[in-house]
Amino acid sequence: MTFAPGQTVGPFFHLGLPFEGGNLLVPTAHPDAVRLHGRVFDGEGAGVPDSVIEIWQADPSGRVPRGTGSFHRDGFTFTGWGRAQTDGDGHYWFSTLIPGVTEPGRRPFIAVTVFARGLTDRLFTRAYLPGDEPEALLDGLEPGRRDTLIATREERGLLFDIHLQGEGETVFLSYPRQAR
Amino acid sequence: MEAKYRLATFAWSSVANVTTQADINREIDQLRGSGGPQPRLDYPPYRSSVLRHPTRDRQLVDPEGVELWAPCFGAADVDDAEADLTIQRAGEPLGERMVVTGRITDGDGRPVRDQLVEIWQANASGRYWHQRDQHPAPLDPNFVGAGRCLTGADGVYSFQTIKPGAYPWRNHVNAWRPAHIHFSLFGTDFTQRLVTQMYFPGDPLFDLDPIYQSITDPKAREMLVASYDHELTTPEYRLGYRWDIVLSGTHRTPLEEQ
Repeated sequence: MTFAPGQTVGPFFHLGLPFEGGNLLVPTAHPDAVRLHGRVFDGEGAGVPDSVIEIWQADPSGRVPRGTGSFHRDGFTFTGWGRAQTDGDGHYWFSTLIPGVTEPGRRPFIAVTVFARGLTDRLFTRAYLPGDEPEALLDGLEPGRRDTLIATREERGLLFDIHLQGEGETVFLSYPRQAR
Repeated sequence: MEAKYRLATFAWSSVANVTTQADINREIDQLRGSGGPQPRLDYPPYRSSVLRHPTRDRQLVDPEGVELWAPCFGAADVDDAEADLTIQRAGEPLGERMVVTGRITDGDGRPVRDQLVEIWQANASGRYWHQRDQHPAPLDPNFVGAGRCLTGADGVYSFQTIKPGAYPWRNHVNAWRPAHIHFSLFGTDFTQRLVTQMYFPGDPLFDLDPIYQSITDPKAREMLVASYDHELTTPEYRLGYRWDIVLSGTHRTPLEEQ
């Protein structure tokens, strides 16, 4: 079976993808709001100023959100999905909630999709919450690689840098039933 | 303006070590058939990819939790009028009015219902409504070039728009992109997320374009080319193009569906 191939978002995605409040899964004033943020780096360690990051996550109770309204957020419905573009420094940020456990015994993560000019297809990765529980994907990776999938806890949130290439290159994922 | 641009082009090509279309063609030829049905991430003829592609293989993993589901969009997100890119401004945009429609199915042939489709594109002159596009082609005050819609119960989407023009870029000297519309799609699983570009049949720039050719399998590449469909054409009003899209396979079991 052949599936439609991807193509780069190109340099003009700002016309079609970003929208007001895209990065605010909850208002920053929400009592449980955390900032998930980081920088996207290229193979020479420079920030990538023209990339788009999307996140998709469970709510704090571990439930997968099924509500609509991401494009016109009402400030109360947690849709679990957001989109942010990087700034001139390659920095992105979201205001969101800490995801809960979706399946017993698994460590919570935020699913992340990366798009950029110069990136011919989207990339998938996971931003895991820091923790000690065993996790099959993480435990199967060498330590240096594993760390690229684990967000760093900060006072008011989580830091998750993404390295497209080179030193500290982020582990990107593929799934069964995708053409490669 | 035209004379000034010609001069600029002349100055460019007189500089030593510039990359010409012939250089890019050679590189494209060398990589033909070297990748699978998806674009090569490492594709040097597309110069911006050189420092932006991962060098390690992607890690195969079974989707779990949220990855088995896609975000939901609905009438709260998208207004019906957003599917018509010709009515967003005070007047009628210039160019060839067209409809593009098609059916989105998953890898098992099931229609992708009630899901979000986003598009963006250049105007009829090949100019984007974007600060970074400053090439000497006119903006059209009546055409922005971005739209959204939701698929119906049958997985069908439809947009009314203007046929975009080809546009020049600076990958190499005299680089031109074939006319295209950017499409952003969601499936029923997170893993089906797709951003791609739709092209028009018979474009003379296909062979010269390193972005289109980053998909090195010709059969896969052709999946991105819409077909002209006279049945969709409306007398004295607009031309019709059909483009069906197949996303990858899903992972949820019927039990999880309930």
